[in-house]
Amino acid sequence: MIRLNGKDCELQAGASVTAALARLQVPADARGVAVAVDGEVVPRAHWDTFLLAEDARVEVLSAMQGG
Amino acid sequence: MMDHGLANDAREADTLTIAGRTLRSRLLLGTGGFTSLELLSAAIAASGTEMVTVALRRIDPGARGSLADTLSDAGVMLLPNTAGCHTARDAVITAKLAREAFATDWVKLEVIGDEDTLLPDAPELLRAAEELIDEGFVVLPYTTDDPVLARRLADVGCAAVMPLGSPIGSGMGIRNPYNIALIRESVEVPVVLDAGIGTASDAALAMELGCDAVLAASAISRAQDPVRMAGAIRAAVEAGRLARSAGRIPRRLYATASTTNEGLADLATGTLADRAT
Repeated sequence: MIRLNGKDCELQAGASVTAALARLQVPADARGVAVAVDGEVVPRAHWDTFLLAEDARVEVLSAMQGG
Repeated sequence: MMDHGLANDAREADTLTIAGRTLRSRLLLGTGGFTSLELLSAAIAASGTEMVTVALRRIDPGARGSLADTLSDAGVMLLPNTAGCHTARDAVITAKLAREAFATDWVKLEVIGDEDTLLPDAPELLRAAEELIDEGFVVLPYTTDDPVLARRLADVGCAAVMPLGSPIGSGMGIRNPYNIALIRESVEVPVVLDAGIGTASDAALAMELGCDAVLAASAISRAQDPVRMAGAIRAAVEAGRLARSAGRIPRRLYATASTTNEGLADLATGTLADRAT
């Protein structure tokens, strides 16, 4: 199982970060988006090649209003 | 007749530089709390700000409108924050994610030590600042009004310090103006009063105390009329800055007549002869 923004999702181990983004309807060229996997930053240049392990925690973040 | 031209010229030339970036507006705006992007956009325009803070949160695919687009249209510089982080480690990773998302090395560093007061965690803050500066970030730390901590943050290479006037969102103004004045004396980098502003006079006081800029968020976004308050705080920042450079009179316990007694008329009744008796 892979956790995507705090929810279990049906992605299998071996899926790319780009595939995880697609689950959230986020295009791979989206502006203002950053990704962390298991608490580490995955740079945009690695989204296609970074493959998710079983039980990976994927966080897909973007700008939100804040102080 | 007062020379308004002089005051206007002084304002024209009076820019603020942080880490080599020159700003004409000395008001930074927090984007939190606005009930719509339209309102945020109107408040940005009314405030005259050139730099706004943004947070980083889980993406909401169903969100209506894009904050990034709104801010891009407004032509303002983004200052990502690390709001919600409680450890140096979380703050450092959040700053790196913000650098990915927004293509900026700038970060408003917040490391919170207490959930009720949202006061900064000083040791974690200093640790995170050092680490981020080593990584090439331009760090603007949200700090307590402690002059010693402010100096330590400046010493490790922070581009500015952002002391609180009072807790975030409290609207209690500047609780310890003496400390804010001491911070202004104890560091070379710009001092940005952050947190606690409740209304325009608080922002004016910050500038009169010597702050180089003010960051306002809730004071504007949660006012009954945010756009009007944005204009009020903008004017207050300008007024306070001008008053600071004009040099205020010292406080005195007793009155000092502003009109001379020289040439005061003798209005006693009776003739000279009456008085002689």
